[in-house]
Amino acid sequence: MTSNLSRRRFIKGVIASSAAAATSSAWYSAAANDRPAGAVERLVTLNVNGRKRPVDVLPQETLAHTLRYKLGLTGTKLGCNRGECGACTVLVDDINHYACSMLTHSVRGRAVVTVEGLQRSSGELHPVQQAFIDELAPQCGFCTPGQIMSAVALLKDNPNPTREEARQALAGNLCRCGAYDHYLNAVERAAKSLRAEGQIT
Amino acid sequence: MAAHDVMPDIELFQPVTVEDASAIARRLEGRGWVLAGGQDTYGWLKDRAKTATAMIDLGTIEALSGIEETADGVRIGAMTTLRTVSRDPLIRERYALLAEAAGKVASPQIRNQGTLGGNVAQDTRCWYYRRGLSCYRAGGNICYADSPEGMNREHAILGASRCVAVSPSDTGTALVALDAVMVIQNGGSVRRVPAAKFFVGPAVNITHMTVLREGDILTAIELPAAWAGAEHYFEKVADRDVWDFALVSIAAAFRTSGNAIEDARLVCGAVSCVPHRLNAVERAVIGRPRSEETAESVAGLASQGAKPLNFNHFKAPLMENLVKRALRS
Repeated sequence: MTSNLSRRRFIKGVIASSAAAATSSAWYSAAANDRPAGAVERLVTLNVNGRKRPVDVLPQETLAHTLRYKLGLTGTKLGCNRGECGACTVLVDDINHYACSMLTHSVRGRAVVTVEGLQRSSGELHPVQQAFIDELAPQCGFCTPGQIMSAVALLKDNPNPTREEARQALAGNLCRCGAYDHYLNAVERAAKSLRAEGQIT
Repeated sequence: MAAHDVMPDIELFQPVTVEDASAIARRLEGRGWVLAGGQDTYGWLKDRAKTATAMIDLGTIEALSGIEETADGVRIGAMTTLRTVSRDPLIRERYALLAEAAGKVASPQIRNQGTLGGNVAQDTRCWYYRRGLSCYRAGGNICYADSPEGMNREHAILGASRCVAVSPSDTGTALVALDAVMVIQNGGSVRRVPAAKFFVGPAVNITHMTVLREGDILTAIELPAAWAGAEHYFEKVADRDVWDFALVSIAAAFRTSGNAIEDARLVCGAVSCVPHRLNAVERAVIGRPRSEETAESVAGLASQGAKPLNFNHFKAPLMENLVKRALRS
C-alpha cells in the first residue's frame, strides 16, 4: 500500500472487489429465474442528495447498507444497526428516519438526503453543520451526522423550537459522550442563523 | 444463539392492492411476512429468531394511508405513520387520547417510520421469546420468564396462562378505550373486529397476540363518534422516556354530564397479554365526579386478581396510582 493511499480508500477498494464478486454470483442466480413472480426488480434509481443514483439493491437491503456500501456515502454511520442509537439518521422527504431500519426499496421515488448532501453548492457548510462546529458540539463525533440530520429535520418543521422541543426532536439520537447539552446549544444557534438568513433549507 | 445485526436473505413483494397482498400471503402459506413500518419485523429477522422466505410490504398500497372523516367518526388507514396520528389536527381535536399515546411510542424516528397498524400488530417483547428460545409462545412447553430464576420484572400480573408476556402496544390501550374497530381484509372479504377482541391472550391462543391470520391484512382503524372529544388521560411509565416499552401505562376516557361521569373506559397496558380493561373501576366511577375522593375510593379495584411474579410486584400499586391520576380532574 502506497503512503498516499488512505485507510478509507484502501478499505473501500477491498469492499468494491468483494461486492463485485458477490454481485456476479447473485446475477447468475437471478438469471436462473428462481425469483418468485411479482418480486421487486433489483436495479433501481434512487434520488440521493439531489442526484439520480442507479444501483443494484437486494430485496432485503437496508437504506444504510446501500448508502454506505453501494454509494460510498459513509457519513451515515452504523452504530447498532437496529434502530436503537440514531447514528444512521437520514432525511427521507424531509423527515428523519433510521436508515438501518428501512428497506432501500421503500425509498424509490422519494428524496433521500444524507449528511453529505447538506453542504451548499458553493461548498459552504449548512448552517446546522456550521453551528455544530461553532458550539464545539461533538465530542467523539460518531453520532454527529445523525444528530445533525435530526436537527435539520426539526428546523424544517419548526424553525423556532424551544429548547424542550429540540430535546424531544433529538431524543432518538444517542450520544455516548453525553454531549447532549452542547448539541442543544448548537440547534439554538443554527435556528438563529437560519432565521437570520430568512430561509430554512 | 448469536445476535446478528444484518438482514437475512429474503425476498420482497411490493403489491399495490390489498387483494394482491392478501393473495401473496396466502400463496406463501405462512412463509410470508406482512410488513408495515418494519420496526418490529427487522429485529426478528436480523436476530434470525424468526424467519420467512418473503416480506410483503404494505407501504406501496396507497389506500392504506391517511385519515378521513366518516359518517360515524374517523377512519385511520393502518399504514398511517405514528407521526401523522400524533400530529393530525382532527385526531388531536377529537381523539387526543390516541394522539398522545401515538406520540409516546419509542423515538421520533421510529414514529416517523412505524405505523398505527404495525403498533397494534407487533409481537411481544419478552426477551426469552425474542431470543428465539422454544417457549410456549414459540411452540415449546416451558415459560422461561415464569421460572424460579426467570427475569420477569416487565411481565404480566394479570391474565397469564402458561405464557406471561405482555402487550407492548402504546396505542392498543387507547384504541380499546375509544371502542375502536379494526377493519381486516382477507382477499375480497372484509370483517370488522372491536379493538377489545382484536387482541387475544394466551388462554385463547398462545402463539398469536391478535386475531390476524394468514392472508389477513389490517387495513384501517375506525374511531366511533361516541368518544369524540371525551375527557381523557394517558400516561406511560417506563424506565426511559424514549425508546422504551411501558412498565405500566394507562389510557382513560370519560364522558361526563355536569360533574358526574356517565361512561368511562380505563385500560392498562403492559400488565397483561392484551390491553387490560379495568371493568370494576369503570363500573364504580359511574355517577361520580372526577375527584381525589373518587380516585382514592376506587383505585384498589384496579389491581384486583393480580398475580405478580418474582420481580413485578410493583406493577399492582403502579396500576392503582395511575388510576388515581386518571381520575383526578
